[in-house]
Amino acid sequence: MTANALALNNVSKTYGVDIGVHNLNLELAQDHILALVGPSGCGKTTTLRLIAGFERPDVGSIHISDRLVADPFQTTPPEQRGIGMVFQEHALFPHLTVGDNVAFGLRRRDASRTERVRFMLALVGLEALAHRFPHELSGGERQRVALARALVPQPALVLLDEPFSNLDADLRLKMREEVRVILKGIQTPAIFVTHDQDEALFMGDQLAVMHAGRIEQIGEPETIFHVPETRFVAEFMGETDFLEGEVKTDGIQTEIGLVRQEVGFALGTPVELALRPDDVSITPKVGAASLVLARRFTGALNVYRLRLPSGRLLHAFAPHDVIYQPGTPVEIALSARHKLACFSRQAATIS
Amino acid sequence: MSRLTVRDLWSTGQLRARQARFLLPSQRALFLLWIPSGLAAGAVLLPILYLLIRALGGGESSWEIVLRPQTLETLWRTVWLAFWVTVLSIAIALPLAWLTTRSDLPGRRLWAVLTPLPLVVPSYVGAYLFVSALGPRGLLQTLLEAPFGITRLPDIYGLPGALLVLTLLNYPFLLLTLRAALLRLDPALEEAAASLGLNRWQTFWRVTLPQLRPAITTGSLLVVLYVLRDFGAVAIMRYNTFTRVIYIQYQNSFNRSAAASLALVLIVLSLIVLILELRARGRARLASPNRPSRRPARLPLGRWRWPALLFCLAIVSVSLVLPAGLLAYWLLRGLAAGEVLGDLWATAGNSLLASGLAALAALTCALPISILEVRRHNAASRLLERISYAAFALPGIVIALALVFFGANYVPSLYQTLSMLVLAYVILFLPQVVGTVRTSLLQVHPNMEEAGRGLGKSAIEVFARITLPMVRPGIISGAALVFLTAMKELPATLLLAPSGFPTLATSVWSSVSEAFFARAAAPALLLVLLSSLPLALIEIRQQAKDKIVR
Repeated sequence: MTANALALNNVSKTYGVDIGVHNLNLELAQDHILALVGPSGCGKTTTLRLIAGFERPDVGSIHISDRLVADPFQTTPPEQRGIGMVFQEHALFPHLTVGDNVAFGLRRRDASRTERVRFMLALVGLEALAHRFPHELSGGERQRVALARALVPQPALVLLDEPFSNLDADLRLKMREEVRVILKGIQTPAIFVTHDQDEALFMGDQLAVMHAGRIEQIGEPETIFHVPETRFVAEFMGETDFLEGEVKTDGIQTEIGLVRQEVGFALGTPVELALRPDDVSITPKVGAASLVLARRFTGALNVYRLRLPSGRLLHAFAPHDVIYQPGTPVEIALSARHKLACFSRQAATIS
Repeated sequence: MSRLTVRDLWSTGQLRARQARFLLPSQRALFLLWIPSGLAAGAVLLPILYLLIRALGGGESSWEIVLRPQTLETLWRTVWLAFWVTVLSIAIALPLAWLTTRSDLPGRRLWAVLTPLPLVVPSYVGAYLFVSALGPRGLLQTLLEAPFGITRLPDIYGLPGALLVLTLLNYPFLLLTLRAALLRLDPALEEAAASLGLNRWQTFWRVTLPQLRPAITTGSLLVVLYVLRDFGAVAIMRYNTFTRVIYIQYQNSFNRSAAASLALVLIVLSLIVLILELRARGRARLASPNRPSRRPARLPLGRWRWPALLFCLAIVSVSLVLPAGLLAYWLLRGLAAGEVLGDLWATAGNSLLASGLAALAALTCALPISILEVRRHNAASRLLERISYAAFALPGIVIALALVFFGANYVPSLYQTLSMLVLAYVILFLPQVVGTVRTSLLQVHPNMEEAGRGLGKSAIEVFARITLPMVRPGIISGAALVFLTAMKELPATLLLAPSGFPTLATSVWSSVSEAFFARAAAPALLLVLLSSLPLALIEIRQQAKDKIVR
């Protein structure tokens, strides 16, 4: 059995009265990328700094490649952990050239040193810029230098802390594809921290959603997206609306009708269904109780904002050529082919 | 000029948000930082504690000295002088600052460069030159005597002389703070005032000036602090403020308890000003949080153009051209009279040696203090920083006095040695170098160090290969600054230099006190030149650095 690239066991770290991170458990297989996603202040960066060794845990243990690197009694200093880190603001050394920045992590007397630097710069497409200084580079170029610098010592694990947050939107899309290709190409496990759910869905083989210092759910991107285990995950991933209902014998009774699906709650439990715009379809009907409020054209689709009789708002996708004017009465149907996530309104637990 | 920048950069607010923990490998390495820091802080506290013991040891009599009418008169004179120097400095600095930043004054750039320059002139050199020109038997009187038979001029000694010299040499502190504030003003506010129907004059009074108030406050307090510290000008102008009275007490009666008590009163006075200044600085920062994207527009002066030009010309003439001319005059006259320059090089060598050692020693103390304060942000490191900052409230004469007493009583082997002089310089100038080093350390993002650690380098290696190269400009300018100010420092040198160790400062002083104006010219000129050299170095460094970091 191959070793885990990383394992966190019950790791907690508090700062004064604030909880930094609480009871983290996760495992990362070799050559997988884990995307750590959550709103700002949720503890993602603290988690990353704990793994890197810039913080030490109060409780719990951290293993990198099955080697214990931190528990409350001993910590391996960051330089001995074999990690590569890419910082949010890149942290390129301003007094060193691109080449020297990339070579920084290599041993001085390493014979293959120049060769490896050249190889790594070629990998990120910057061979021509080896003699430039960081301030002479564009944002995307700096990003690539930071990645090359982190990868050249062949780390056991790469940590990326919101590496694209300083880039323009176009460049972000381009860079995330490039970075994923490079990481996959050299088969290095990585943890990628972001607050952007699209980026997380794209980058991660695994996704961990964090909230208030805890991991809410960990799993494959598709699972996280379609089977959110908590209301927070459902709300954070995708444009989610919640629809109130009550558990009946053959499904859930809501104001737009009975949703036939199995629910693990007792009869009569008040629940909420998580609905995404692709789960909802609309047809205009004179005298229908719901109304179109507004249309947002995204190019490929129209997104409609709807008002239900109760005043609750819901969103629905429609093809780009299906156009209804605001004020049109519509009938709402649920078109999802999968089971909808459902949470009890008494306690947010899984259905 | 640089003194101001440093004190300015001391302010921490915006930068503090960016700091994080610096990882040190072991307790042992931490020890290596705490020990020199603790020793340096101890050295700063030593004079204060010693003076306290001295003053209290004097029993009833020292309190009597503090409370007797002469002391209150001294206090009054000191405050009165500081007040008027400040008022006149504002009157000079405010128009100059506005003209050089916000108007179409002809030769604006030239005036902007020339007007802060009087800062490089030590106050005793300024005082000496003005006395040599305007004093009894001075140049002006000699010029007037033959044609007009005037044998007596209005007396320059006392308040008028001290006021003149200190104003002309200290207004640049205000000028530089005001210029910075004017350049930071958001032009939208003045435009809004104009759109609401205010004319230019009303806009200035109701919109611009209120925004400058914090800058005026901090600049004024800085001027006050320097007036309180000053010894050279008041001594030569024979105006009995605290520093001169302390010196006289020390020299004549050797009444140590009395001198110690007066020194303590001066420390308290300076501390009050220092605290006020810190608080004003904090408020000033709140008032102008960020830099506007646009530069404010320059207003045409119209028919005020010539009066404005005349004003700049007058200030520069009196504060810069006149002293320079007088210095050249006395130098030439001295040379013509066969003044020998032979000893001058040895004297300059002494000055360079003492100041160089001071720069080195101060840097050795400042580096660990700054690292601890920036990277280990805890109560103890903050206390260290506060203590090193408090040295700003210790005038040279006070430190010198404390060390003289302390040395003579407890460590006679150190008394009247070069090490004692260097120690005094370190205590005096520690705040400056801690300030610069600290500021450049704050600009090194902790991520830089973490990136180095993440790439497999130890804390010490990261410090040597990343942190140190990045803070090198700060280290160099901090050391240069100590060098510059130590070179000019008069009272500490006067009291502590080993006998037979004349420096440029003390030889200017001794020549002037015997009214050998021509003999004082050469060391004075050399002093100004040598001490402005590091200033130029700092400026060049700064510009080079600005180029590298965007």
